[in-house]
Amino acid sequence: MDGVHDLGGRQGFGAVRYRRNAAPFHADWEVRANSLYVLAVRLGLINMDEYRHAIERMEPRHYLGAGYYERSLTGLATLCVEKGIVGRDELERRAGGLFPLALASAPGRTNAATRDAFKRGDRVRVKDDHVPGHVRMPGYIRGKTGVVVGESPAYPFPDAHAHGIQAEDELTYDVRFRSEDLWPNSSDKALIHVAVFQSYLARAL
Amino acid sequence: MEDQERTIRRTASIEQRVDAIQAAFDERGMNATEGVAELTRLATEQWVPQNGARVVARAWVDGAFRERLLTNGRAAVEELGLAMPKHHRHLVVLENTASVHNVICCTLCSCTAFTIIGLPPDWYKDFEYRSRVVREARTVLREMGLDLSPDVEIRVWDTTADTRYMVLPMRPSGTDGWPEEKLAAIVTRDSMIGVARL
Repeated sequence: MDGVHDLGGRQGFGAVRYRRNAAPFHADWEVRANSLYVLAVRLGLINMDEYRHAIERMEPRHYLGAGYYERSLTGLATLCVEKGIVGRDELERRAGGLFPLALASAPGRTNAATRDAFKRGDRVRVKDDHVPGHVRMPGYIRGKTGVVVGESPAYPFPDAHAHGIQAEDELTYDVRFRSEDLWPNSSDKALIHVAVFQSYLARAL
Repeated sequence: MEDQERTIRRTASIEQRVDAIQAAFDERGMNATEGVAELTRLATEQWVPQNGARVVARAWVDGAFRERLLTNGRAAVEELGLAMPKHHRHLVVLENTASVHNVICCTLCSCTAFTIIGLPPDWYKDFEYRSRVVREARTVLREMGLDLSPDVEIRVWDTTADTRYMVLPMRPSGTDGWPEEKLAAIVTRDSMIGVARL
């Protein structure tokens, strides 16, 4: 989905609020929120793609206003309610107030009907796909051409795995793009590498 | 009536929401309180940048290990007793040189090789870094205190699949003959993300 989470290349954000070697946690609840989602993954209640998609489905104003661990907790709670593990009423009763959850999911999809195998040096084009459900193709590479520089083992196909749809695991390729091809005349010169699933790619001529 | 009631009820605090999930899990026999205690220990004591620092120091002193690390990161870090979650099936190690600088990010969420380089800090997960580092890498790095010479090529790596990345920083001059432990002590998480050089 073309959601607000898809931030790569968005303009208007200010300076990174950087502190050298900053701590990952600032409060006890942040550590516990992180531990609870990891626990749910370990117990097999949720998978990583469902979890990421549940966060992406947060109402945009909530997503943008929440910190990282609130997004994490909201994603976990949404999946627990959707899977019938716990009711929203119970969560709100226990919390003593409203418990905002993410919005409903659009349908997912299975692998592309035909998938090419590529090797290092191959030129590839990212398909012009517009996917309403979960997808791990950042919008800034849609329709763009790059070069394969690496191959990774097969992973569950996220567009299916986030939705409980059967699919084959897929290889992913590290694809190198030139920043000037992604944002012509509007970027710092750099080589941008993105890990791209096979289903998202076509051979470039 | 019910709608009206909902609009006047306040959103629970984030602490109360965390407590609610934890209690609901506990009541369903998932031993959440014990699980959280164990995972909290891992998150605060085991998944720390000192792991990656050991990897970097070993690569600096042992050329054969460095080659194995660059070829298959996951297998190489296992030699040092370091594990990665099952879904991190591949670790790609990116070597900085005098003319190439690598930096990692996750524009879609906030993925990292957290068992190796440590859990990410706020700024890595914030919208400023996620939106800008792919498009304005040189500017963002300069703002963060790393002013690279114009002839250094910048390579950004966006963690959009379950492949994980870490940067192998350059060994600083003046460290010849240092023992591995002393070298590891100067390696920072930020240098393995690639927003700092050593």
